[in-house]
Amino acid sequence: MSELNGSRGTVTVLVNGQRVTLLRGTMLAAALVNAGVPCRISESGEQRTALCGMGICFECRAVVDGVPQQRTCQIACKEGMTVETQR
Amino acid sequence: MNRTYDIVVVGAGPAGLAAATAASNAGHRVAVVDDNPHAGGQIWRAGAGRSAADRAKEQAIAAFEASGADLFAGHQVVDAAPSPGTLQAWVGAEQRLESFAFESLILATGARERFLPFPGWTLPGVFGAGGLQALVRGGYDIRGKRVVVAGTGPLLLAVAAHLKQDGAEIVTIAEQAPMRRLAGFATNLISRPAKVLQGMRLRTELGSVPYRTGCWVVAVEGGETVTAVRLTDGSRTWTERCDLLACGFHLVPNTELASLLECRMTEAGVEVSAEQQTSVKGIYCAGEPTGVAGVDAATVQGKIAGLVAAGKSAAATQLYARRDAEAAFGRAMTLAFALRPELLSLAAPDTIVCRCEDVRLGDLQGKMMPRKDWTDAKLQTRCGMGPCQGRICGPALEALFGWRNASVRPPVFPVPISALCSAPSDDEVSILEPQEISR
Repeated sequence: MSELNGSRGTVTVLVNGQRVTLLRGTMLAAALVNAGVPCRISESGEQRTALCGMGICFECRAVVDGVPQQRTCQIACKEGMTVETQR
Repeated sequence: MNRTYDIVVVGAGPAGLAAATAASNAGHRVAVVDDNPHAGGQIWRAGAGRSAADRAKEQAIAAFEASGADLFAGHQVVDAAPSPGTLQAWVGAEQRLESFAFESLILATGARERFLPFPGWTLPGVFGAGGLQALVRGGYDIRGKRVVVAGTGPLLLAVAAHLKQDGAEIVTIAEQAPMRRLAGFATNLISRPAKVLQGMRLRTELGSVPYRTGCWVVAVEGGETVTAVRLTDGSRTWTERCDLLACGFHLVPNTELASLLECRMTEAGVEVSAEQQTSVKGIYCAGEPTGVAGVDAATVQGKIAGLVAAGKSAAATQLYARRDAEAAFGRAMTLAFALRPELLSLAAPDTIVCRCEDVRLGDLQGKMMPRKDWTDAKLQTRCGMGPCQGRICGPALEALFGWRNASVRPPVFPVPISALCSAPSDDEVSILEPQEISR
């Protein structure tokens, strides 16, 4: 990502148990989409990822550090964070 | 924690920053409360390590910081009352509520994209137009991805240009508005050289990318993710292979907080006086919630609201002419990008309309007995009762059925039960502590 080159350093997060290294400041929703992992499974079993990207639609909600219903588009990745698809 | 300010501003986008800067410079204690992690709102949404390329953003944020107003980012407003003026915000990162007391409140809550349902729109790989741009700014690597940008509104060109810059291959831009309406809008712009130049610059950046007017998506194809979209111009329908669809139908104002405070509404949004005062004393509104009109309108309305709330009404009058001109631009834009009726019959009976609760169009039409209104639909189908509280399906239901959300109740954003249990009144906290309940 050319625009991320200005940021210093990387962080490692666990996405559904897989270690992923990202540029510091990457939003969790972007990390999930980059990894091809759905944010949540819908009421009828569909895979969903972020839609609005601005904290309104709640499609990107996932389990972050064990806490469910977190909007991943509004949370920047931090070292050691875990994020899991919300089922 | 309880904090006390003369003026609280909700929203740190162009309108909110301008309002807070003006009020703080006039000597008042001002707090800005915003859900997002950084100031700038959606139009100036910050990227991960992205250099603030936009001069307007840099200047607005520098002026705001110099004014001495306080910023509370990552604070999502969940409740508010006009008198006594109080506001509750949920701090997600710390899983706690924060309270603010104020004399005056300025609502600068911005706008969101309008979404309409069509077959395949819930597939991974379909994003809002602004939504995809926000994700890319947040670190989504879009290099080499084939993207169709579709829907309506000036945002489509800007999004396409940015995505291209970030390495995407833009297959086509499908703008549903017909050429004759856009031409009328463009003629309208001749008195605004800055806006014309901006449009021309975007078009140049897009090079040979086709910008098709009178063209819209009828369906998305793909099993697990998007493989193609079907487009039509009304007479011919064809398929474009792509990896992603960025699709939004212009903007709708965020008026939930104003509704909660019982501010009077117009067709366009929150009703305001010449001084940006709402129908509720001490509550002002600026920017998109008063009617979608773009960043320049937001900035000037914010400045007026900030000055008036700070008791500088005379100074504010000098900005009225500019504000009115920008409002006229907004009205022309709304007309130019009005939805064509064909868009309202794209969804099939099994197309999901409410994404939170997976309510399908067929459920809403009700085979035996059609739903009367949104309240009826909610009771029968749970439509609009998920965590977005109808923010996404609401504008679609209004377009499809003419239904409007009848009531807005606190919390205006979902919060954990524990937050409500430990909320303000100190004397009740001890009996409502969540651990007490679970014991």
